[in-house]
Amino acid sequence: MNNDNPARNTKVMNRFDLTSRLVAKLKHEEAVIGGIGNTNFDLWAAGHRPQNFYMLGSMGLAFPIALGVALAQPERRVFALEGDGSLLMQLGSLSTIATLAPKNLTMVVMDNGIYQITGAQPTPGSAVADIVAIAIASGLSNSTWAADEDDFERLIGQSMSTAGPTLIGVRIDDKPGTGTTRRDPVQIRERFMHGMGVREPL
Amino acid sequence: MAVAETQSASQSSQEKSWHEMALQALKRNDIRLVPYVPDRILTTLIRNIHADPFFTTFPTAREEEAVGIVAGAWMAGMRGAVLMQTSGFATLANVLASLAIPYQIPLIMFVTERGTLGEFNYGQSLVCRTMRPVLDSLAMEHHTATRLEEFEFIVDRSIKQAVTTQAPVALILSPLLTGGKAFDK
Repeated sequence: MNNDNPARNTKVMNRFDLTSRLVAKLKHEEAVIGGIGNTNFDLWAAGHRPQNFYMLGSMGLAFPIALGVALAQPERRVFALEGDGSLLMQLGSLSTIATLAPKNLTMVVMDNGIYQITGAQPTPGSAVADIVAIAIASGLSNSTWAADEDDFERLIGQSMSTAGPTLIGVRIDDKPGTGTTRRDPVQIRERFMHGMGVREPL
Repeated sequence: MAVAETQSASQSSQEKSWHEMALQALKRNDIRLVPYVPDRILTTLIRNIHADPFFTTFPTAREEEAVGIVAGAWMAGMRGAVLMQTSGFATLANVLASLAIPYQIPLIMFVTERGTLGEFNYGQSLVCRTMRPVLDSLAMEHHTATRLEEFEFIVDRSIKQAVTTQAPVALILSPLLTGGKAFDK
């Protein structure tokens, strides 16, 4: 184990707690894209908002979906929550986001080093890869590990006024998600579109 | 490509090329976001879309990523289309089945067809054979454009149908339309 890895000096936190802290800070109908599995389960459990989008498949696409929202609505702040295993499937998307450099996108990587939902098997990068270092090398210079919960809240607040995309890495424990998203894709999409203000209420 | 250029050079000057038709159909239907993974056949279309400030266009590392981007943009009120080649389409079964179709996203895909009508790479010809069975197994709308005189109609109507029925569509651009990629040896 590499002790110089900054991730190893960060506190191990909890996904649901961090997601709740993020949601509590949202006052301007910010969009939140929750990645596959536990990431969106905890977003759901933190309290449903019409500006939340929950992925029920398409592993690895939370950041690309969030990028699309950010490009379509540059005045709206967009958050994306993704797991480390998911992000490993679409590392190329970090370079795409760095190149387009949307000012309104904040990405959070929930890193527990395991595929918790499939039986807690370690991810291929768990012992060796540093997600934040990968993000920086992909061109996302504003990428940081959150040291603890207070630091996470500070980084979230800071990202809202930063003139470029932000990526925040958080080390989390091996707990499963707290809730279960209602698996109705059409309803999820339709509510989200209402939340984005692009649909008239039915 | 050389075949396509020869064909278009022999056309009367007022007749539009397939890529001009495609670009104008995108504009007419307010499709502003065009992420792509390139193909040689798409070179001119991609160049012209980059040159037109109407569009936001950029390469992505994978076709799946481009599908995610246009899905997000659609849900936030901006229309998009993805450009790719046959082998790129072959990477999409999971995101079509878990994102575009169940969430009812009008994903518009332009797929330049390799692997047939003069393919020289056996792998390309095999991957091409997976494309229509995947589309059919998901009951997805798809059309293969082979003739210039039908192309504008197919593209325009397919985009409108995708948007109004909130369903994805694949527009397969045959070598009969584009000239395809000629034998290089």
